[in-house]
Amino acid sequence: MANLEIQHLSKLFGEVKAVDDVNILTTEGEFLVLLGPSGCGKTTLLRMIAGIEAPTSGDIIINGQAVTHLPPRVRNIAMVFQSYALYPHMTVFKNIAFPLRTRGVDRAKIRQKVEWASGMFGIGHLLDRKPRELSGGERQRVALARAIVREPSVFLLDEPLSNLDAILRASAREELRQFQKRLGVTTVYVTHDQVEAMGLGDRIVVMSQGKVRQAGTPSEIYQWPADTFVATFVGSPPMNLIEQGDVLLGFRPETFLPAGFIRDSPEVVTYPFQVTWIEYLGAERLVYGDIGEKCCARHVVSRLPGNISLTIEAGQTYPFTVLKQDIRYFDRSSGLLTDKGRI
Amino acid sequence: MRGETSITGSGIRDRADLLARFMIAPAVLYITAMIGFPFIFAILYSLSDATTGDPSLHLIGFGNFRAVLADPVFRISLKNTFIFAFVSQTLVILLSRILATALMAEFRGKWIIRFLVMLPWTAPISLGTIGWLWMFDSIFSPIDWIFRYTGLLGTPGALLGPMQNLYWLGEPALAMISVITVHIWRLLPLATVIQLAGLSSIPRDLLEAAEVDGARAWRRTLEITIPLTLPIISIAFLFGLVFTFTDMTVVYVLTRGGPIHMTQVLSTWTFFKGIEGGDLAQGAAVSLFMFPVLAGIAALVLRLARRSEVV
Repeated sequence: MANLEIQHLSKLFGEVKAVDDVNILTTEGEFLVLLGPSGCGKTTLLRMIAGIEAPTSGDIIINGQAVTHLPPRVRNIAMVFQSYALYPHMTVFKNIAFPLRTRGVDRAKIRQKVEWASGMFGIGHLLDRKPRELSGGERQRVALARAIVREPSVFLLDEPLSNLDAILRASAREELRQFQKRLGVTTVYVTHDQVEAMGLGDRIVVMSQGKVRQAGTPSEIYQWPADTFVATFVGSPPMNLIEQGDVLLGFRPETFLPAGFIRDSPEVVTYPFQVTWIEYLGAERLVYGDIGEKCCARHVVSRLPGNISLTIEAGQTYPFTVLKQDIRYFDRSSGLLTDKGRI
Repeated sequence: MRGETSITGSGIRDRADLLARFMIAPAVLYITAMIGFPFIFAILYSLSDATTGDPSLHLIGFGNFRAVLADPVFRISLKNTFIFAFVSQTLVILLSRILATALMAEFRGKWIIRFLVMLPWTAPISLGTIGWLWMFDSIFSPIDWIFRYTGLLGTPGALLGPMQNLYWLGEPALAMISVITVHIWRLLPLATVIQLAGLSSIPRDLLEAAEVDGARAWRRTLEITIPLTLPIISIAFLFGLVFTFTDMTVVYVLTRGGPIHMTQVLSTWTFFKGIEGGDLAQGAAVSLFMFPVLAGIAALVLRLARRSEVV
């Protein structure tokens, strides 16, 4: 059964279509990531699911009930804000208890629930503190505890890791994923960070300019991007795109390797690669350069794993190869993935 | 001339410590000259037998304070000062809250409403009060006219009585209401602006989080908005108290303390006693009774201001 269903949802701000005819269907307990650059409408979409932004048209269905025009309090959703939005004048205990008190839960039950939620995130010893006395990571845990304490049917997260430093972010990502699996609550997670999206999501919905560009598992998104936007937005460095007639050829930097490092087979395309710049990153090298004839030289990147110790120098030309099965074809005018034009 | 450095950078403009003293000096001078000296003189006069005819200082001890305390007019003034300040400022806080909440919303013609709300603050107190003098006029009062027109006044059996006028400034209770009304009118703009600042300092996220957490409007107001704006509400309240406590213009222009001292306050009584009555010494003694109250309020304001920074 689908916990959350979004049908033809649109939101106009004046003339601007912030969210444009979005359709999403989640499965029970799924971790769904909304991924896109800032201004793509992902946060607006999340706010509409939460009920703090009214859609212009379309429907939101939670547990089989249309909630499109219902206030947030009857939707039984929980949301973690980017700023955490902890109530600064309340202790951690009162913060976590707040959603229960609004529901008229009795005191004994509140205490029991708050202890359960705070124990889950290891913040039981902080219950008497005020938010300003907590570190960034502790605040984030309080926000998460406040969200789960009501046992919501849908869990919404708006870039909850963006205020943490890089080291904390990696461990928080791992924990978040474990909690979500343990609780089994359908989760919608908004981020502009593709590493977070790939690492956390059961499925990723890539958005741009208010529209859904592609919805799929992380490997579908990465291996078979639906269009050139997804191809270049997901992956770092992005997929190489080179023009060839009326199609664009795309291949990932890590599939573009010096001749001889891919098993020799007729299923290989070889390009002369004029290297212009090399970045040494420790575990890997990024090699920038151009391929093709003078008329239509294309800028591409190769990502060489550290175990390829071949000497490569800027200014030289080397034969580089890519497997045919790793090449994707996109229509040049629409940018959409296509089967046409295979060589 | 590359590589050459100027060695003339030792003037006052490059010395942060000297510059700071230089720039704060006017404020120190001003406070010493305009507040410090008069305050010391007030204390000295209150312990002397000085009059406007003979302002020389002969210290006579605490006799003035005993005389002032024994004076029934002083007691009325003291009571009125507190009543006017607390009643008017309590109402100002309530009304400014409503106005500020309304002004937080977006609506057509918001700028003109804002402008009108601010208007009383831009008018000199004396001019504004003269305007109110007409509103409360014993014969031509527009308020009475409205009451008569709506049948609340001026006919036998009417709610407010059969007479043609209420004599706002002639009846003790009405005169007090009049003074309080003018104080409210005068301080509402300042309090509204302060409350508006308080309301807009609450992050929108917090109210949205409370909404998602299931709080209805009344709970969001009682448990989020009011606790978070309490320090700034208190500051608006205390500022208002100080302004009404020290103001003499409203009572002086409107009622001159009348009828029979029923609206007298400490500041007007100081003036009538010390300047018009010529008894500088007792006038100074009356005015000094405001000092402990005002000092206490000032200390509270400073404490609250520091606390609101932390949140």
